[in-house]
Amino acid sequence: MFENLAKRLESVFKNIRGQGRLTEANMREALQQIRNALLEADVNIQVVKKFIADVQEAALGQEVLASIHPGQQIVKIVHDELVKLMGEKNAPLARASKPPTIIMMVGLQGQGKTTSAGKLAVHLKKAGHKSLLVGADVYRPAAIKQLEIVAQQAGAEMFSLGEHADPVETCLMARGEASLRGCDTVILDTAGRLHVDEDMMLEARQIAEQLNPHEILFVANAMTGQDAVNSARQFNAALPLTGVILTQMDGDARGGAAISLIEVTGCPIKFVGVGERLEALEPFHPERMAGQILGMGDIVSLVEKAQQVVDQEKAVQFQKKMRKGDWDLEDFLDHMRQLKKMGNMSDLLQKIPGINKMLPQGMDMAEDDLKHTEAIILSMTLKERRNPNLINGGRRRRIADGSGTSVQDVNALLKEFQKMKLMMKQAMKGGKGKKHGRIPRGPMPPLPGF
Amino acid sequence: MSDTGFFSRLKNGLGKTRNGLIGGIKRIFSTNDTASLEMFEALEESLISADVGVETTLQIVEDMRKRVKAEGIEDASRLYEILKEEMTALLTQSEAGCDWRCEGEPHVMLVAGVNGSGKTTTAGKIAYTLAKEKRAVVLGAADTFRAAAGEQLAIWAERAGAQLVRHQEGADPGAVAYDTVDAGIARKADNVIIDTAGRLHTKVNLMEELKKVHRVIGKRQPGAPHEVLLVLDATTGQNGLQQARQFTQALHVNGIVLTKLDGTAKGGMVIAIHNQLGIPIKLIGVGEGVEDLQPFNARDFVAALFD
Ligand SMILES: Nc1nc2c(ncn2[C@@H]2O[C@H](COP(=O)(O)OP(=O)(O)O)[C@@H](O)[C@H]2O)c(=O)[nH]1
Ligand SMILES: [Mg+2]
Repeated sequence: MFENLAKRLESVFKNIRGQGRLTEANMREALQQIRNALLEADVNIQVVKKFIADVQEAALGQEVLASIHPGQQIVKIVHDELVKLMGEKNAPLARASKPPTIIMMVGLQGQGKTTSAGKLAVHLKKAGHKSLLVGADVYRPAAIKQLEIVAQQAGAEMFSLGEHADPVETCLMARGEASLRGCDTVILDTAGRLHVDEDMMLEARQIAEQLNPHEILFVANAMTGQDAVNSARQFNAALPLTGVILTQMDGDARGGAAISLIEVTGCPIKFVGVGERLEALEPFHPERMAGQILGMGDIVSLVEKAQQVVDQEKAVQFQKKMRKGDWDLEDFLDHMRQLKKMGNMSDLLQKIPGINKMLPQGMDMAEDDLKHTEAIILSMTLKERRNPNLINGGRRRRIADGSGTSVQDVNALLKEFQKMKLMMKQAMKGGKGKKHGRIPRGPMPPLPGF
Repeated sequence: MSDTGFFSRLKNGLGKTRNGLIGGIKRIFSTNDTASLEMFEALEESLISADVGVETTLQIVEDMRKRVKAEGIEDASRLYEILKEEMTALLTQSEAGCDWRCEGEPHVMLVAGVNGSGKTTTAGKIAYTLAKEKRAVVLGAADTFRAAAGEQLAIWAERAGAQLVRHQEGADPGAVAYDTVDAGIARKADNVIIDTAGRLHTKVNLMEELKKVHRVIGKRQPGAPHEVLLVLDATTGQNGLQQARQFTQALHVNGIVLTKLDGTAKGGMVIAIHNQLGIPIKLIGVGEGVEDLQPFNARDFVAALFD
């Protein structure tokens, strides 16, 4: 309905050009559109009302700039106000002056607390911290078991007194356990609970009072609707929250709950979750979030991420070779490895509107596939890699044996290689006249199937 | 809706109290004697607060305005009754029976949805309800991705008194689904319920995986799955429609389970889902216990929406 706010505002403002100033009268309809867009993005209605008043104040009396369209001008004002409201970017995690630093995860059921706890451990590990993950969810079946596995994946320590123990007791014991195991960080994974469940809220309060955590992070998912204000307000009243983690930002939710959460708790969003893997945790960027809430996509982070991941030089070389059509299995292997790195981006790519359809098949390449491919190519002689036509039946068997795969696997790989080579060539020809065809230049490596 | 069978096992009506923290449509109507502009504005606000969504809300409010004009309604409480009736009627078509029986073969159900919506819990509760009716139930742990998902379902199987089919973590979910149906047939089960891993509807590869699970089930037992349930969390906002749309496109979802209605969220987005996609809401989740599953009742749902 509100596909593109800027476009809609353009039509609203068709007649304003030349009116000189933004006034209450000529802005009324525009503000209505903005209100609806924010509501569609799940910003809470009370928060929207207040916000619209702020925007109106910021916009009133502004001159209508000749150079840009009033619609864009308003969008800019809205965008900037949103960014201002969302405040700090990269709000850091508090650290204890004397270890251990204690981080407590809280929230409703099914928001991603356990996964986020694991992600935090991975994140902190990169900064040289050793975390103890504490299983204090004794209610949800197998929650402690889940944390155990997550801890293992995260390369962190794990502690729990089990599901028959008192969660407060478990958390209390964790402090000593941390020093025993040389952990400077304790992450408490508490059970999901409803803000209206008094017993459960009391339990959370007891844990917080007994351990005095340096961080109490409210974990909420980005798809949350209007009710975000109710749960966040109650959690914030019961516990001294210090920050928010917004999960499942890799979907297509506009994430307006972010605004509601910040407004109600007064806490910054410290991280966003962007995928199921434990590495998929990112610092919060208010500008990107504002763009997403207004439905303007998240091109910035995509480009940044792409630049980070891709080996520029190799990509350029590869493009050259491909253009000539003379690439071999060694290049192929290289390219697969690059793609694998890119594959880790697919979570991110998914959130660009319309990109799903454009994602090449290879993006979902499983780890196993790459391992197979690597093994097969590495079992070839250099000559074979350079000139795959050499690989006859006998050689195929040898390669299969050497790589622990089957002749069918080898055949499949060779076939895929030929197919890809052909495809690339065609893609190159496709852009007749244009120098680079459809292969994008710049930071992105060529993607097969484009 | 039949009073016997599956639903007779479920408590009727929203048992748990829910404190409405925001708004309250009822209050709007009781503090206004006559239909007024402010009343419509307040109505609009309340519906939006319940996650009904701007588009649907504007439609509802517009319809009410028209009726007020056409029928010369002045009394606010009368208007409230009309509104409730209309919305109930709208959603009543949504109440669909679910006997979940097949003659001579297991009835097969597939449970899907985004991460954390309550799939496993719902699968467990349904298994419990069916098993209490003395039906033989086989649960399949086709979530082989999330850590300890299998263990979680195993505990539910035990609670429910259902059998469980489970592979190792990381196993092919299609293979689990196949084996579950296979076991259902071999053991002459009445019902087979397959729990799947949570996935965002935007992940093309994961949606393909789900389609494959669906296909594999049909291969083992032609005509199955007979029921595909989409589990939606009531705290979800407007993205719920997107979820329903994508999952339906992939799987032909024929029923929705709306979970976590024991909180303060109203789940108003199911109105748009029902309106636009015609998918019936079959069950609601009102807690984490085995008995916290109820049939969807349009009247109760609308009343709660207006609380
Ligand atoms: N309060 C409440 N919690 C629920 C309900 N249904 C599920 N949950 C909780 O939500 C969390 C996620 O549920 P789970 O079944 O694991 O979700 P899945 O990831 O979709 O399988 C768990 O903590 C459940 O206990 C419900 O109706 N009400
Ligand atoms: Mg599950």
